[in-house]
Amino acid sequence: MSELRELYQQVILDHNRKPHNFGPLDTANRHQEGFNPLCGDHLHVYLRLSADDVIEDIHFDGSGCAISKASASLMTQLLKGCTADEARQRFAGFHAMVTADNDAPVDLEAAGKLAVFSGVREFPMRVKCATLAWHTMKSALDSEATDPITTE
Amino acid sequence: MSQAQAAPFDVDSVRSDFPILGRAVRDRALVYLDNAATTQKPRSVIDAMDRYYEEENANIHRGVHLLSQQATFAYERARGRIAKFVNAVESAEIVFCRGTTEAVNLVAHGYARPRVQAGDEILVTHMEHHSNIVPWQMLCQATGAKLTVAPVTDAGALDLAGFADRLSPRTRLVAVTHASNVLGTINPIRQLCDLAHECGIPVFVDGAQGAPHLGVDVQALGCDFYAFSGHKLFAPTGIGALWGRRELLEAMSPYEGGGSMIQSVTFEATTFAELPNKFEAGTPNIAGAIGLAAAVDYLNGLGMERIAAYEDELLVYATERLLAVDGLRLFGTAADKVAVLSFALDAAHPHDIGTILDIEGVAIRTGHHCAQPLMQRFGVPAMARASFAFYNTRREVDALVSALGKVREILG
Repeated sequence: MSELRELYQQVILDHNRKPHNFGPLDTANRHQEGFNPLCGDHLHVYLRLSADDVIEDIHFDGSGCAISKASASLMTQLLKGCTADEARQRFAGFHAMVTADNDAPVDLEAAGKLAVFSGVREFPMRVKCATLAWHTMKSALDSEATDPITTE
Repeated sequence: MSQAQAAPFDVDSVRSDFPILGRAVRDRALVYLDNAATTQKPRSVIDAMDRYYEEENANIHRGVHLLSQQATFAYERARGRIAKFVNAVESAEIVFCRGTTEAVNLVAHGYARPRVQAGDEILVTHMEHHSNIVPWQMLCQATGAKLTVAPVTDAGALDLAGFADRLSPRTRLVAVTHASNVLGTINPIRQLCDLAHECGIPVFVDGAQGAPHLGVDVQALGCDFYAFSGHKLFAPTGIGALWGRRELLEAMSPYEGGGSMIQSVTFEATTFAELPNKFEAGTPNIAGAIGLAAAVDYLNGLGMERIAAYEDELLVYATERLLAVDGLRLFGTAADKVAVLSFALDAAHPHDIGTILDIEGVAIRTGHHCAQPLMQRFGVPAMARASFAFYNTRREVDALVSALGKVREILG
């Protein structure tokens, strides 16, 4: 049971049940679709990037497992107000944490709220679930500016 | 019926034939319920392959030396046992291949490609595995033919009237699975063949899920091609077999060119070898064929009827227990099924179910099961699937149900 609780920590379960920033973002000027063909996880990341590269707002929606949904939800919370470069750096740190060796120590301070995902590294098949939203966010940052997405 | 066949099915003794079933997973006894993906191998199969490499390894159909003769004999003897297993008229109708996927591609290229024109149709069903969809779709793209799809009912059975409606004067081939890898549904192959043959249309049967669980008699089924994979039949990966009627195989062009499949070669022209060598270019998977024949011997020793009866009992028990789990929805409730149970549990995503079950030592498959059109048919992106073999037990069904309780506890 301890292994289970380590992976499915309460914070993850809460974000899965009530994801934050869930749904399209009317004022977004970047949008990317993320798809995991192996498991069928499918999500969209919408963000509004200011002229000086600050993520003013970020949302996501789609379907996926608890890990991918919670990861997307926490990501949107953390990245609001970050610059694009800071967002890329956080992704690099997150990616390093979930793909590290099992016995490598977790830098809890650097990981911050994301430390709840450190259990994922024991389940290599689930790494792609935890990183899907982040990959999608990165592609959205790298994409050309689009007209704001409407919800009509 | 021999005495062995009359005896009750001794599952504990059967389990001891499979070395891997004794191992632990995350400090728990392994409960392996992913048999539709691949099956475990009995000691006799592992030994047969080891013995081949230790005592008989040589290339076949070539050398005059003793080892080559022995290897050739073992390979051809394997073909004969597989022919008997599916009740082929003769062993030359058995073509060794890498598996069902290669067999579908072989029939698509060797049989269908030269006979299909723009506007013609290939009929499949909505419950096919990608391997019985994509090669036909590629053929359609290359020729301008059209892929038509027979519908599946909400219970997961093939809609027979819908199937019959789609047999048109332009249909050139029917490609259908013997049993669904997702729903477990067993298709009425004889009936489908009769309907297709009335219109003069040949039938290819994907036996990947049928052959390991149902006794296969290609003559009684009445089909024209039947293919299966070794690794789903307790044999190694990388080996499988295609059975085809002699007259169809003879009329077909080779699939791949190379050594072994020729009679004579000059720079001007090549004459191809007789059946079945015409379809076996290059050095084949000799050890794999020997392993596959050893698996067939093992299954014959247990008796396919007894295996089917035991698995059926297990299916009834597992279905009853799963249906009693709160919030569980079964996909595939056709009357005639192999022991495959796909399900959803409340709002839990199949991947979370799969991981929690894994931590409890229960191995199941989650995802789209290489059947995305079927996922779309049932309106879900993925399913969780428990699939059984004759070495599974009621105790393991109980372990599955109790692990599902953990899923509800964590995610409920």
